[in-house]
Formats: sequence, C-alpha cells, structure tokens
Amino acid sequence: MKFLEYEAKELLRPHGVPLPPSGGVIKTAAGLPAALRRAGKGPWVIKAQVLAGGRGKAGGIKLAKTAAQAKAAAKSIIGMNLVTHQTKGQGIKVREVLVEGAAKIEREIYFSILIDRRGACPVVVASAEGGMEIEKLAEEKPQAILRLPFDPVAGLRDYEARRLAFDLKIPAQRVGEFVKLAKALATVFIQYDCSLLEINPLAFTPKGLLALDAKLITDDNALFRHQELAKKTDHETSSLEREARKADISYIGLDGNIGCMVNGAGLAMGTMDTIVLAGGRPANFLDVGGSADEERVTRAFQIILKDSKVKAILVNIFGGIVKCDMIAAGILAAVKKVKLKVPLVVRLQGTNVEQGRRLLASSSLSVVQAEDLWDAAQKAVQAAQNNGHRNGAAS
Amino acid sequence: MSILLSKESRIIVQGFTGSAGSFHAKQCLDYGSPIVGGVTPGRGGQTHLERPVFDTVHEAVEKAGADTSLIFVPAPFAADAIMEAADAGIDLIICITEGMPVKDMAVVKRFLSVKSRPRRLIGPNCPGVITPGQAKAGIMPAYIHTPGPIGVVSRSGTLTYEAVHQLTRNALGQSTVVGIGGDPIPGSSFTDILELFESDPQTEAVVMIGEIGGSAEEEAAAFFKRKMSKPVFGFIAGRSAPEGRRMGHAGAIVEGGAGTHASKIKAMREAGIVVVENLSEIGDVVSRSRQAAPASR
Repeated sequence: MKFLEYEAKELLRPHGVPLPPSGGVIKTAAGLPAALRRAGKGPWVIKAQVLAGGRGKAGGIKLAKTAAQAKAAAKSIIGMNLVTHQTKGQGIKVREVLVEGAAKIEREIYFSILIDRRGACPVVVASAEGGMEIEKLAEEKPQAILRLPFDPVAGLRDYEARRLAFDLKIPAQRVGEFVKLAKALATVFIQYDCSLLEINPLAFTPKGLLALDAKLITDDNALFRHQELAKKTDHETSSLEREARKADISYIGLDGNIGCMVNGAGLAMGTMDTIVLAGGRPANFLDVGGSADEERVTRAFQIILKDSKVKAILVNIFGGIVKCDMIAAGILAAVKKVKLKVPLVVRLQGTNVEQGRRLLASSSLSVVQAEDLWDAAQKAVQAAQNNGHRNGAAS
Repeated sequence: MSILLSKESRIIVQGFTGSAGSFHAKQCLDYGSPIVGGVTPGRGGQTHLERPVFDTVHEAVEKAGADTSLIFVPAPFAADAIMEAADAGIDLIICITEGMPVKDMAVVKRFLSVKSRPRRLIGPNCPGVITPGQAKAGIMPAYIHTPGPIGVVSRSGTLTYEAVHQLTRNALGQSTVVGIGGDPIPGSSFTDILELFESDPQTEAVVMIGEIGGSAEEEAAAFFKRKMSKPVFGFIAGRSAPEGRRMGHAGAIVEGGAGTHASKIKAMREAGIVVVENLSEIGDVVSRSRQAAPASR
C-alpha cells in the first residue's frame, strides 16, 4: 500500500525522525490560518498530497513568505489537476495540501531503504546528490549511488550507518545525528513491513537534519499484523479495485475495451499480452483465483461490466483441479444472473474439457468458444471491434 | 533421472490435516507420490489419509525418515514452518503458501544461510514440483504432464500449466517441472534451477517462464551464457502491464523503470536464449527447434 507524504510523516514522527514543523493537512483555504499558526512562523511550504513524484516542478509545491502568499498557493494547488513526469500525461486531482514550516537548506542527500530481492534483505540506497530523482541519478551518475544491505533481524547497526555517513562525506560533527536518523528509519522500515521508505531530500539545516519529504510503501501481504495500517484508505486503488479485493478477486483497471477473466496471475498477464499481440487492448487484469466457481465468476462478471468501456469479454480458465464442466456450468449461470449483453469468448482447458465445451455449446446463451488462447484472443478482438462499431463508439 | 523429486523421495506434508493440505495431499497420493506422513501440531499419533500424523517435523524425520516437506501452512505461520523443517534436517522444502510477507522471507533466508540443510527451498507462493511418472509435490493438475526430456521452471502457476499442456500436446514430455513462485524473494531462483537441469542427464532442453519485476530473468540469462550447454526457451509475461502496479503476484511489478518486459527479453536474446513472444506458441517453438536440431544447441 502506498501512503501520502503526510501519512508517512505521521508514522515517522513518533520514532524520532526529525521533520519540519507541521501545520497539518487542509482540504480548503479556509483551514489555512489555523494551519499556519500550527506550523509556527513563516516562511511556509504548501505541498500537494498526491502519490506521484515530481510535484515541485509541476507546481504542486509552493513556498510562501507571507500569509497572503500562502493563501494564494493553497487556493491554486487545492483542486488543481497535477500532471508530473510520473502521471503519464494524465493529471491527478489534488484534494488536500500539507502545510509546513520551510527550512533553510544547506545541503541535500538522498536516502531510501528498499528490499534487495537478490540479496534477500533490506538495503539502504543513498547518495550525496540529494533532491534529484534516483532513477535519473542511476542513469547519469551510477557511481554516486551507495548501497548498504543490512540484517532484517538485527536492523541497521551503528557501524554500518557510520560507514555510510563517512562515505556520504557527512562532516564528523554531524555523523552522530545521521546515525541516529538512519537507524530510526531502518527501524520503521522493518517494524511496518515496508517495501520502500524514501526520504528525498534529507536536508542539512542550521537546526539539524530534517526529513523534508517521505515516501512510504508497505507490503500488502503483511497487513494482517498491522491493523493500524489496514484501516487506512488505499489511495492508489480505484473503488472498483477495492470492491474486487473484498471478493478476493485481484483486479486492476486498464484503458482497453476487452474485459478479461482468468485464473492465476501469470496466465492473466499472459492473456492480456496475447490480446495485445492479436491487435486488441485489455480493459483489465483479473485473476479470479483457483476456485472459479459460479459465485466468483458472477462477481467477476459484475466487476468487469462496471467498466463501461468493455465491449467484449474473454474468459480464459485453465481448469486444473477444478473440472471444466463445473466451470462451464458456473459461467452459464453467471451469464444468466448478470444478464450479459456484451459478446463473450470462452477458452476452457483442463480436466473434462469436452463435457465443458458441450455444455457451453448446447446452451441457448451465445457463447463464442475458442480452441486455444490465440484463437480466443483473435475472436475477442474481433467481437470487441464489431460491438464497438454497432454502438457507434469504436475505440 | 530428474531433479529435486523422485519416487525415492520421502515426503511429509506440513499443515497435513487442514483443508488445503488434506485435499492436495490426497491428489499427490493418488498420483503415487511417496508421502510418508504429515505434521499438524497437537494431532500427533493420529492417522490421516492412511498416513501417520506427527506433532513436529523433527519427529517426522526421526520416525518416518522424511527428507522432503510440502508446506500448506497459512501465510502468518509459513516462515516458522519453513524454519522448523530446516532445523529438523529436511533436504528439500516446498512451500505452496501464498501471501507470505517479504520480511518473513528475508528472515527465513538469513536463517537458512547458517544451516547445512535444506539443500533447497522452493517457493513460497508456487505450485510446487512434479517429476512426471514418479512423484508430485504440489497443487498442479498431474494429468497434463508426461515424462520426457524437457525441464520447466516458472514463476507462475497456471501459466506453467498452459506451457506444460502445450508441450505434452506436442509430444514433448517433461523431466521435472518446478514452480519457483511469484514472490519478490523466492527460496530458489531461475539460476539455481537451471544449474540443476544443466547437470541432469534426462533433461535435454529447458522452458523458462518468467514475468515482469525484479532481475531474476536477467541473472538467469547471464548464467545461461556462461555455464549452459542445453538450449533454453524463454517466455516473459507482462508485456502489457502498466508500470508501478502489482500484477497479482507480489513480485510482478515494474518499479522505477526496472524489471520491464523489454529489458528481460533483451537480456535473454543477447545471451542466446530462444525467446517465445506468443504464449500460445511455446509448445510449437520448442517442437520445431528440436526437429531442426535434435538434442543440444
């Protein structure tokens, strides 16, 4: 789960991570005077709270020297459609801004902790070149990036953080402060099962080190032991995706017009890829799970159909342990229940496949059957095109 | 020959009496797999599926001579189950469990690094291992498999079934099929399994099924180039996946431009792996290639 900057900072504060004085989050300019009071004397920074990076350049972060400037900044940012290099041309509507006291920055460093898949442990990734996007830095100056793997049980040790401090050319009199901060971040990373904790920039100010920004992603698989995180709203997923999750269906909305229902995540991706190869565009990723029974298939159809772009549906089920005739019966019942209007292409494979196909063929419902995945993808692309034209809404 | 699993294996099931454990243990037994018992703490002394139940893995090793463990324990307890099996001296641990926190696997790997056993951990979040005609330790549908010369290693479950089904339809049997799982930190990597296939006399060629996220496929490509004489056919799922979104599997996510479909395909091609672009053509491509140049590359 991805957290907004202010949520990440709320999590970091009790662990002794030094942060700028906070005025809190406001949704309208009316709340600004109180927020400025809470943040203390100016200047202040007004920051859009969205998940995308690159907010500053896109006009989502503004410095205000006076209360009037702060008001103008808040008014311009709240409600704006923020387009950054990470939003891929589309904008994200800003619903709230964080108000903070501005810091006098002497120097910035990049600091993050993530999971090193290969080393099977957490790793600190840091650079003396702060403020820059790490992807850009990795491309242009890979030698400027330091990596320090550490023990997931013991956490970051003093000597490890100290070595990192000297490698980052942190002046000797500030090394102690850095070690304390780095260890606090490592503790949060481990304690909350993070997959990414990024502080960019970590700033040197006359008053000490400050985490000016914070990006936090936690491991969804570990939510069972973090009730306080599980209660938070997942800002990234759409309401449809959340609805699917409740039904134990893994769904991600995309921008094509062919709805997909597949069992298994890998096969679901493979099915999407095959649709693209056949010249079509998938409307979603959907893994219906191992037990593709009538109830789940019905829920999956309902979810797919809530996306009005869908012009055809491709069902690709590899019946392993679950038999194909059972799956076919489930599909037919679900089609009746949801009163399916868009063309449906079904590719079944696995145990009792012949019985399954006979069931689908003998039904009065119009189900297009496919021999294999390639055949299915081509038929679905064709069906979506025909249906799009018929509705005068070809895409 | 085969790798990892054979009819000589002595398998126990952890989480034996639970619903998933029971169901799949029965399927494995029906296939003729050498399951010698199971472990469910507190149910020791009972009999389940005509096999003895033990309280601990240590007891199962001592009394039933278990050397392989198949784990169906729920995610919050899976790390502990793996460590128990390792401590008891189990040789091969296969963890089917889906949804294990990444941190738990980091801790498990740390734990295993100081143990002499197991020699191998497969999974978690995987369909398991099958050596067709000999033994199945996993949840894959057995009937699609047939014994033969092709090794299969994959990060995905149903995608593996799709590939195996295509191979079997093309009269290409499998030596062993290994699902290494879709998590960010797997017990075994592609490279680990490719190394085993390379030295297995039965295996003549390998099908490797990867997906977006991480760099395991790139590392496997580098290994192939340096160390392998047998041909490898590769497929990568997720060409159409958007960046930054987890595609079902915790490990299948493109982050910060790394782990993309394009980078994996490029690394594999450059190393000399035959890349199959269309999922529905895996069986055909392997078949055609073997007719053109039988045995090795």
